[in-house]
Amino acid sequence: MNESPASSSETPMVRFERVSKRYGALTVLDQLDLDVASGEKVAIIGPSGSGKTTVLRVLMALERIDDGVIHIDGEPLTHMPQGDGLVPADARHLRKMRSHIGMVFQHFNLFPHMSAVQNCMEAPMSVLGLGKEEAHTRAAELLTMVGLADKLDHHPAQLSGGQQQRVAIARALAMRPRVMLFDEVTSALDPELCGEVLNVIRELGSAHQLTMLMVTHQMGFAREFADRVCFFDAGRIAEQGSPEELFGNPQHERTQQFLRAVMEAI
Amino acid sequence: MPANRTGPTGSSPAAGALAAVAILGFAGGLLVSSFAGFRDFLPELLRGAATTVQVAAGGSLVAVVAALLATTARLYAPLPLRWLAVAYVELFRGTSALVQLFWLFFVLPMLGISLSPMTAGIAALGLNIGAYGSEVMRGAIEAVPRGQWEAASALNLGRFRTLRRIVLPQAFVAMIPPWGNLFIELLKATSLVSLITLSDLAFKAQQLNQTTLRTVEIFGIVLLIYLALSLLVTLAMRALERRAGRRLLRGKEAR
Amino acid sequence: MNAHWDWNYVHEILPILGEAALITLQATLLGFALALVIGLVLAVCRMAANPLVRHAAAAVVEFIRSTPLLIQIFFLYYGLPEFGLALDAMLAGLIAIGLHYGAYCAEVYRAGIDNVPRGQWEAAAALNLPPQATFRRIILPQAIPPIVPALGNYLVALFKETPLLSAIGVLELMQTAKILGSESFQYTEPITLVGLYFLVFSLLASALIRLLERRLGVRAAPRS
Ligand SMILES: Nc1ncnc2c1ncn2[C@@H]1O[C@H](COP(=O)(O)OP(=O)(O)O)[C@@H](O)[C@H]1O
Ligand SMILES: [Mg+2]
Repeated sequence: MNESPASSSETPMVRFERVSKRYGALTVLDQLDLDVASGEKVAIIGPSGSGKTTVLRVLMALERIDDGVIHIDGEPLTHMPQGDGLVPADARHLRKMRSHIGMVFQHFNLFPHMSAVQNCMEAPMSVLGLGKEEAHTRAAELLTMVGLADKLDHHPAQLSGGQQQRVAIARALAMRPRVMLFDEVTSALDPELCGEVLNVIRELGSAHQLTMLMVTHQMGFAREFADRVCFFDAGRIAEQGSPEELFGNPQHERTQQFLRAVMEAI
Repeated sequence: MPANRTGPTGSSPAAGALAAVAILGFAGGLLVSSFAGFRDFLPELLRGAATTVQVAAGGSLVAVVAALLATTARLYAPLPLRWLAVAYVELFRGTSALVQLFWLFFVLPMLGISLSPMTAGIAALGLNIGAYGSEVMRGAIEAVPRGQWEAASALNLGRFRTLRRIVLPQAFVAMIPPWGNLFIELLKATSLVSLITLSDLAFKAQQLNQTTLRTVEIFGIVLLIYLALSLLVTLAMRALERRAGRRLLRGKEAR
Repeated sequence: MNAHWDWNYVHEILPILGEAALITLQATLLGFALALVIGLVLAVCRMAANPLVRHAAAAVVEFIRSTPLLIQIFFLYYGLPEFGLALDAMLAGLIAIGLHYGAYCAEVYRAGIDNVPRGQWEAAAALNLPPQATFRRIILPQAIPPIVPALGNYLVALFKETPLLSAIGVLELMQTAKILGSESFQYTEPITLVGLYFLVFSLLASALIRLLERRLGVRAAPRS
């Protein structure tokens, strides 16, 4: 059930290997296995508290895991080779691996004291060592791509939620990640603003060889956009498959229940 | 030191109260200055006020430096230093400003360290306010939403860089109003140095009161001078807040 | 430090300081009781319908809070006799403390009442409750619990400012310690003991307030 549709000869871009994450007595990820091929778009759905956010957070190395290994393009993220075996990664290794990954948050988390363009320049300059000019060019290009060419110098407080979230996408892209993580990026937005953010993600998907993992409650978008949908329940993938399979003919009772509840809510 | 004061620089009293105080002060000034003999003791009081300002300025400097050091140590230093900083903050917040002043002035000499009244005053009051200031700083830094740290982390910014570029600029603005209140507390507390023979405004008032027995006028003027100094601090901090706030432009959605 | 610390002297002065500590406690409790009452009066005036009363109360509160307690103590102690009202030092000091902290308490009360959602007033109005009853039975019960910790913080602050009473000769802890020190030329023990006394009581009180906060499920504004 857990095999990825990508050909097994290729190294997956992201690989979770029996990953467990616990908060005290609570097991949030339970021996999770998940492979994501390069360029693949994976939608993660599931009930609240099932560990969806946690999957993204441990992949972004914002949280440590308790068991298992995560690999990015064949290289261990949470661990590093030492001697014959693997030891838990140190801060330097984490920073190196993080550079492959970008993340967009539910609540944007823009830096309120910086303009849109400054938000997108800060990390390229201080982490990648780009010059000011180069960073500005890159930031302006990305902001143009997300449709904010005229808002470069606006501060977050002067932007609508949808615009802020698009800045956040541009900010993450400015680091040229190979994997992008989206955590319910539209759920803090008014319904009429969701479209503009989803459009940006759509474009990103068609124009780039980006690998994407997105947690979403927008079943319509998941169905249309994702190559694969994973249904999470209690820290495990209870069921996964192509959108047609999963939405059209869910096998598990939990999946059926969940989808029924979601449909009724609409 | 009064705790959690919403103070003149705080949000609540706003411009109306400030104006009312100014009017009250002005009326009081007129009233007091109509007393005969006013000119005789005003220069003397102003000399005292100069000393008061000196102690307040020196104390503010000590307070900010002490607060900065203590906060840095408490948040980022290795354990023994952290304990030291916690001990400093708890000790100075837990005992009275006057006790601290007397301790520096009367007890330290017994241990072989004699401070001039001015030095003892600046050190005691500065350290006292610095302890409260450290709480303010820590609170402001911890109040920066966790999402800001996480976003910086996701962008691979280092810890120090995150602190300097992302967290501190936001915390700084949040710190200005409570520091305004602390500076006013400090200004008020400078009156304590009169009890260790430093001839500040309060000291001069006492002295003139004993020689002239014009109690109401003298203490009336002195209260007004303190009020004026407080208002000055308030206005300065407001201006600083506006300037810093303009850069930050904190909106409801900007989290 | 041992060379400077005389345990025999400590034993000698401890009972004397103990008695003075009672005076300090007494001043604290009486002063705070006064502050609670004065604060309530000021808060009610600040919310009065009459704008003149409102602004006057605001000005008084700001004035009191912007000037030193020490000068206020002097003003009352030395100044009131000019109006034919000679008070003994303790009483004058208590009134000054009550006024000073009353001004702070007024702000706390006001914040507490302001923080009760508008909807509560509106709901009461919709039920046709009279304003008096609304205030007493609906608003106050919701306003008071959240401000208890803030008031507690002011109680501790007031306690730590009682040594100012020594400036007009009230025989509380600080004054007693100073006299003991000047008699024996040994300041180390009395002043350090006074410091310890304040430290122990403030830490205890702060712990109590934190406990209270948890019990009430509220947080006082951070102590500044
Ligand atoms: N920092 C934390 N401490 C304790 N429990 C946490 C923490 N973060 C998340 N959890 C718990 O982990 C579970 C999974 O959380 P999450 O991954 O955010 O779920 P979701 O699928 O809704 O995104 C939830 O029960 C949540 O309460
Ligand atoms: Mg989530």
